[in-house]
Amino acid sequence: MQVSMYRLYKDMLTSYLRDKSETALYHAQQFSKQMMEQDMSPEETVSLHLSVFQELAEDLPEEVTDSFDLLLEVMIGYGLAYREHQSLRDRQQELESELNVAAQMQRTLLPDKQVDTEEIDFGVISVPAGKMSGDYYHYDEDSVGNFAVAVADVIGKGVPAAMSMSMIKYAMDTLTDKQTEPAGVLESLNRVVERNIDEDMFITMMYGVYYPESHQFHFASAGHEPGFFYRSAADTFESLEAKGLVLGVSPKVRYEERGFRLDPGDFVVFLSDGVTESRVDGEFIERDTVVSMIKERLHLSAQEIVNELFEELEKAQEFQLRDDFTLMILRRKF
Amino acid sequence: MQVQTHVDINSEWGIVAARQAGRKLAREVGFGSVDQARITTAISELARNIYLYADQGQIKIEEVAEGGKRGMKIIASDQGPGIKDLRRVMEDGFTTSGGLGAGLPGVKRLMDDFAIESELNQGTVITAVKWLR
Repeated sequence: MQVSMYRLYKDMLTSYLRDKSETALYHAQQFSKQMMEQDMSPEETVSLHLSVFQELAEDLPEEVTDSFDLLLEVMIGYGLAYREHQSLRDRQQELESELNVAAQMQRTLLPDKQVDTEEIDFGVISVPAGKMSGDYYHYDEDSVGNFAVAVADVIGKGVPAAMSMSMIKYAMDTLTDKQTEPAGVLESLNRVVERNIDEDMFITMMYGVYYPESHQFHFASAGHEPGFFYRSAADTFESLEAKGLVLGVSPKVRYEERGFRLDPGDFVVFLSDGVTESRVDGEFIERDTVVSMIKERLHLSAQEIVNELFEELEKAQEFQLRDDFTLMILRRKF
Repeated sequence: MQVQTHVDINSEWGIVAARQAGRKLAREVGFGSVDQARITTAISELARNIYLYADQGQIKIEEVAEGGKRGMKIIASDQGPGIKDLRRVMEDGFTTSGGLGAGLPGVKRLMDDFAIESELNQGTVITAVKWLR
């Protein structure tokens, strides 16, 4: 390798000293990539230059040769920084691939089955700002056809938030079929979270159930971003709010449960604050913006609405999400 | 006959003296100019560590031969406070991010073999070898 590098460098330098041409300089630039590929350090490059130069130029003044001692010494430091950079880059790649595996595993915690019932039109989208998400969503149809939906948001970002998220998933799995009333579910989850989470972390969550028999929708909220309720007949949106403390702060918390009837075409929207805290031109968007964006798309399916909203907000933020984004729509069909 | 040199490190003059002795021996052993500069930088860093963290210690340099290979060994020893977390100081980016220079990972990279032993309140001994290619 050294011999061929020497040869190449000598040819380049000879040609440059003869013609002073841009072509030779262009070759030198290409050559530098090759040197880096071969792990050639800055100090080796300096030394290569000197030995080639010594061969080409006759009677090099001693000062010129000596001055290279100084340059070489200085370049050793750059060489070390370069090697350190390479090793840190390798380590970053390692971490990145570990994180990819973790993110993959996290996605398996989320439900992915198709919702295909006569009565319900359902759509959800959840996109993490980084690799791991602090948002969690859930939907499930129980044995008698009641349809449960939930969105949770761990306050905090990144890996710690993602790890707490898995706790919500496992806690939900331990709920029995009888525990389906939203307030009761949040009370149970709160007990689990309070016992297992750091004091400086907490989780907000909204949980709702649609009962197809009575067409009633019940929900409760643990300090979560309010959702929306769309009444088809009146063509109006209402805020979906219920009183309740965030999960994990106090062991015994009661949650208010509210309910109303879903008529054909009515729907509820659950979301995480990553949606309403989308920043367009540096300003948070208003909840009204979300409403009007949905309103323009009432003719679409629930899944199409959430997808399009995400695409539009992602574009408006120049594809830089600042927070995890989760948006869910549950509509009673006609 | 094997050449051996001791240099006491208790001032910046000591650092320069150790560099000088190291460069001279490296040249005599037959190292090229790049390796001479590398070995000198390694000695410099080790001597500086002694000067900065242990007040005083010693740099010993000697020619070594082993299984047909020839090279040069640096032994830096001090009776200073010792290093609490060896793994940490050997980590990339730990010392350099503080702007202290190449640090021990740098010395390890400049040389071929590297060993460190440290005892709290007893001192530290670092041995590094560069082989002729």
